[in-house]
Amino acid sequence: MTALLDIEGLSKNFGGVRAVQRLSFAVHEREILGLIGPNGAGKSTLFNLINGVFAPDEGRVRFRGIDITGEAPYRVARHGLARTHQIVQPLANMSVLDNCMVGACFGRENLPLARAEVVAREAAVVVGLEDRLSAPAAQLTIAGKKRLELARALAARPMLLLLDEVLAGLNPTEIERMIGTIRSIRERGVAILIIEHVMQAIMGLSDRIVVLNSGQKLAEGAPAEVANDPGVIEAYLGDPALAAALHAGG
Amino acid sequence: MLRRPFFWIIALVIAAFALAPLIGEDVELRESLLLAAVYVTLASNLNLMLGYTGYINFGSIVFFGLGGYICVFLMSAHGWPLAAAALVAGAAVSLFALLFGHGILRLRGAYFALSTIGINEAVKAFVSNFEPWGGSSGLYLSTEIFTPLGGAMRALWIIYFLMVGVMGLSLYLSYGIKTSKFGLGLMAIGQNEDAAAMLGVPTPLYKAFAYSVSAFLPALAGGLYFFKSAFIQPVDAFDLGLSTEAMVIVMLGGQGTITGATVGAYLYEELRGRLLTSETFSNFQMVISGALLLVIVLFMPGGLMGWIYGRWPRLKRVLE
Repeated sequence: MTALLDIEGLSKNFGGVRAVQRLSFAVHEREILGLIGPNGAGKSTLFNLINGVFAPDEGRVRFRGIDITGEAPYRVARHGLARTHQIVQPLANMSVLDNCMVGACFGRENLPLARAEVVAREAAVVVGLEDRLSAPAAQLTIAGKKRLELARALAARPMLLLLDEVLAGLNPTEIERMIGTIRSIRERGVAILIIEHVMQAIMGLSDRIVVLNSGQKLAEGAPAEVANDPGVIEAYLGDPALAAALHAGG
Repeated sequence: MLRRPFFWIIALVIAAFALAPLIGEDVELRESLLLAAVYVTLASNLNLMLGYTGYINFGSIVFFGLGGYICVFLMSAHGWPLAAAALVAGAAVSLFALLFGHGILRLRGAYFALSTIGINEAVKAFVSNFEPWGGSSGLYLSTEIFTPLGGAMRALWIIYFLMVGVMGLSLYLSYGIKTSKFGLGLMAIGQNEDAAAMLGVPTPLYKAFAYSVSAFLPALAGGLYFFKSAFIQPVDAFDLGLSTEAMVIVMLGGQGTITGATVGAYLYEELRGRLLTSETFSNFQMVISGALLLVIVLFMPGGLMGWIYGRWPRLKRVLE
């Protein structure tokens, strides 16, 4: 497998806070890589470093073999790297269709308006928003807005999708639906790097997991390996003995 | 584009402007419509920034004034014909906007708005001290300037039709941008600039482009306007009051809508015409426009068109 996204020795400080420290890992083609870690571990900062919201202090980001370190977000999007936001960012007064068309027009394929509309409609079908196309984005429910984030990103026809807590705030039925959607996106050949706090979901979804703690990589491996890593358990629960007791108690 | 009803609505508006004063050669109506055409031009071009891109350009009048100066200067000092002088003025002001826009569009919100006022004031101060342009006393054109157009009376009609032409171009420009990919990008910036950038909209380039494009036709209009008066001086050319009126018009009509900018401009011109006839208050329209702006911002943020779309959502498809 070739690395689609290659992160090498990435660091970022905010004042005295080391948000991300010498972090390296890779995302391969067609892979779902889960990124977990306690609050403040640097997950969202990492996304911001990858797609150019912040420039890293050190290290390199390579995407499809091209060095994209520190490139502006709109350039990164053109390379075929799309993302969703933890806090949804709809283009509120624009329709669902127009939101998706922005993604399609300015994404990897840089489509003209007419072609973009076709692609945008397809993306809306994938996430199940095809009935709300003319509704203003502001009128969607929170689950709907999360789907819109996904549709917009998808309309850009990315090679890699960065998903930042798309399940947060959804009810169990919605979560199940969203997981199905994410799987179907992968089936289309898109690699996914996903941040998630809903453990059961991410363990089931991911091919591999990277665990962050205090900006550093704590563990990396298959979901089952990572879940039994004493370091990971300590980071999450603070006390391995307690974790073991909880685990035994079911 | 020819199949869309709005294209023909614009054509009708232009035809109405062109024909109305011809009936009975009504000079008074022509003068009031000329001002309305200037307002429509200023408002619809301001709308590209304010309504589409979401950037408050408080000093948009600098384009109008600078265009006027360059045009009048080229005609008076170098004897250029009107068309060439006005077009060069438009191009030069657009270029000026592109250069400055690239810098000040890094600012957002109130900071951007303030910097646009700053640019207007700086240009005004510069021109007031710029001897080749007559400093604070300004530039005059001799009455002979109208001779190539067939004398003053005929020239006034020609200027009127040219101004209506500039207005028509402004409306089609607004419409063309609104239905284009460029327009979609601008609207995305207006809604949420950071999200737009992450979706791939090249925000710095698009913003600078919008700012520059929004300068071209107001500069042409300025050229025609000050050619008509045969006189230009800094206080008239860079009058922030006119900038403010353009803002009121856009807000009154409905930000981001072409119909709103046009109807707003026409209504405002009518209102102004009525208020100006009062002897007691000179410039009383500024008091009214201030109060109007306050009421709109507080109670009708979508303006006239926002209210109309709310009542008849289907009209959204016809009236852009």
